[in-house]
Amino acid sequence: MPVINVEDLTDKDKAVMEVNQLKLEVKLERWLTSKCCEEIKEYIQALVEEDTLVKGISEEKNPFKEKGGCVIC
Amino acid sequence: MAAEKAEMDALKKECDGLRAQIEAARKAVNDGSMSAASSGVASVGRVQLKLRKTLKGHLAKIYAMHWSADSRQMVSASQDGKLLIWDCFTGNKLIAVPLKSAWVMSVAFAPSGNLVASGGLDNICTVYNIKAASPKTLRELDAHTGYLSCCRFLSDTEILTASGDTTCCLWDLETGKQKVIFTNHIGDCMSLALSPDTNTFISGACDSLAKLWDLREGACKQTFSGHTSDINAISFFPNGNAIITGSDDCQCKMYDLRADQEVICYQDTSLNAGVTSLALSSSGRLIFAGYDDFNCHIWDSLKGEKVGVLSGHDNRVSCTGVPADGMGVCTGSWDSFLKLWN
Repeated sequence: MPVINVEDLTDKDKAVMEVNQLKLEVKLERWLTSKCCEEIKEYIQALVEEDTLVKGISEEKNPFKEKGGCVIC
Repeated sequence: MAAEKAEMDALKKECDGLRAQIEAARKAVNDGSMSAASSGVASVGRVQLKLRKTLKGHLAKIYAMHWSADSRQMVSASQDGKLLIWDCFTGNKLIAVPLKSAWVMSVAFAPSGNLVASGGLDNICTVYNIKAASPKTLRELDAHTGYLSCCRFLSDTEILTASGDTTCCLWDLETGKQKVIFTNHIGDCMSLALSPDTNTFISGACDSLAKLWDLREGACKQTFSGHTSDINAISFFPNGNAIITGSDDCQCKMYDLRADQEVICYQDTSLNAGVTSLALSSSGRLIFAGYDDFNCHIWDSLKGEKVGVLSGHDNRVSCTGVPADGMGVCTGSWDSFLKLWN
């Protein structure tokens, strides 16, 4: 794998790199944002009930709770 | 001279033309916002997490932290020249790894739990075996010509690095050599994240761009613009179809990979501090973003609203992480402490 030292690239090299990259990206097939946002929303809705940081956690089940304390019998 | 200028002008014109085409294509599919999709979704209400533990042990600014895949151990890196591996259930320090160079900027835990890696202003990514009797340097990955800003293991045999030299690199840990070099950013690379299926990764850089790369081919597949300053933090949405970025322009953004554009921006006029780090809750509903204002603000990813804050650090929050099981969130700060919240 040839090592491309970015410091050695001239302004022209960088411009050519940019054009080639844009030529690749212009061909992308893009989905409708409405469909994409709907999917993200549905993904979250399906999992949010199990999301501890949204729903909270009971003291007994909390792995990070502070342990210790004294009990006087 | 005139010929060179003419050439550059022609290339610039070609770039501008292609960019205009891309913007038109993005606009053409932009038929609905995240606000519209989430209008019927119930609010999460105010998210009030409690501080469960403060981990004390570092003697200087903490720059990075990373959870182990077991959701129990965590590694932190400080410019006191040490990596500390913590048991977050007990709060105990398990292992201390002394660093050759104190100027550390990034740390990573291998999925196996056998290795950790770190690097920074030394331009080197050093990999340590922490299962040995005392931590042993396994490899020094030395080829970047700029600082190491981020590193992430794919396995015990491969690691990805991002550098201030504007490149990212995939290394073979068995040979210590570079396998693939990812060149396309024109500013320092500040952060990277692996896709859930490990076929691609994303990088954020000081050129204000986020880029999606094919890990094996080495090619940049997509470029996301919109930020107006360095992108310091980047993460995949849990299903791998969207990315979240955090920037010095004080905003976080979500970009959808299939729509190839920004779908929502997380900003607040009262927030005038840069974003240093970010992490998502397990469902992706909450975004925990660390800021220069000493707080970690909590965003509702669907509605774009600020729903909570983790306050308690006395200096910049430099790193944020949620473990794989989603049970809590860890913040690390220049105040030398790490805090666990849930």
